[in-house]
Amino acid sequence: MKTDAWISLLATGVEPIGAADRVRARRRDALVLSAGVLVSVVFCLGVLHPNRSFAILVRLPEFWLRETFCALTLALATPPVFALARPGARPPLHPALIGLPILVMAGVAGVWLINAPPSLRYGLIVGHTAAVCPLLISLLALPSGAAYFRVLRAWAPTRPATAGASAGFAAGATGALVYTLHCPELAPPFLASWYVVGMTIPAVLGAILGSRLLRW
Amino acid sequence: MAPLTDADLRGQFVASLEGDAATYRAFLTGVSGHLRAYFRRRLSYAPQDVEDLVQETLLAIHLHRHTYDTDKPLLPWVHGVARYKLLDHFRRRGAAAPSRPTGETDEAAWGSTDNAADEARLDIARLLAALPQRQRFVLEQVKVAGVPAADVASRLGVTESAIKVSIHRSLKWLARWIREPT
Repeated sequence: MKTDAWISLLATGVEPIGAADRVRARRRDALVLSAGVLVSVVFCLGVLHPNRSFAILVRLPEFWLRETFCALTLALATPPVFALARPGARPPLHPALIGLPILVMAGVAGVWLINAPPSLRYGLIVGHTAAVCPLLISLLALPSGAAYFRVLRAWAPTRPATAGASAGFAAGATGALVYTLHCPELAPPFLASWYVVGMTIPAVLGAILGSRLLRW
Repeated sequence: MAPLTDADLRGQFVASLEGDAATYRAFLTGVSGHLRAYFRRRLSYAPQDVEDLVQETLLAIHLHRHTYDTDKPLLPWVHGVARYKLLDHFRRRGAAAPSRPTGETDEAAWGSTDNAADEARLDIARLLAALPQRQRFVLEQVKVAGVPAADVASRLGVTESAIKVSIHRSLKWLARWIREPT
């Protein structure tokens, strides 16, 4: 078929895409992402159960440090996913900024470790749940990860692996935030290690899956 | 003919997004000149692939036109789509990106126009003929014969929305077939 004829076919009867369609698309995306978070929360509360000492934990400043860490990481990780969803778009923040909360937490962890008696340092890093924490965060990241991929497949990411990695990392941060409903660990050395591993595993998985599933 | 500026093309594209078929046709013709020049420079060793890629990229622009942010410049978006399809083309051929003309960046290859279309080897007409009969009929009625979707809908006893979905599916299937011929 000659290109002129092909252009004629594409242009004939072209459907308008208006502001209403854009609003509908945004609403659909928000719904899908919310559903992902909801599934994570339901799983966390129903299967893992909320932490029995939650009422005590919320009174500790370390609890709020942990929540802020997770929430800020999620807040910084989310816009790049949407930036990577469109051709030719530049991410609003420098990508390195996403790691800022992690850097700060690592700094606080360093201070804790330096100030702690040497015999307690290992315990601060490993806590009670080091073995399961990254796994559970990754598990809780799965529903959000699926939601992000569902959203990205309706767009046009020109770097599928990078988009997948960024979606995976945002899903990991979501999983971490949801996990704090159950998690007993508050020590920065623990958070700077195992929470970060827990956020990174979905990012790696996202990169691998993205290069396959996010093509168009 | 001087290439259209970003502002001109953007104006045309925005009008197209509002459903103006005549302007959309002019836009696609203008943009195909940009695409052709870009692909010719990046595919100097394989000129026979250029027109196929132009047609494939026009389809991608059509199917993903909703991803353009109307507040932003248009050419980076078009370039993004073109570059993505070019890299996908290299990936499918299993070849690494060939050596560019010395010192020429991707950005430098983008920016001129070429309106001399070659014959495409990709036979879209044959591909469309392979669609299931009903989908092919709907596509030909609306996109070739120019019958309004509402008329086709009432003739077939379905909703207008079902007609639009059918067309969209046919074009998406075509895009996927071009990527992964089975």
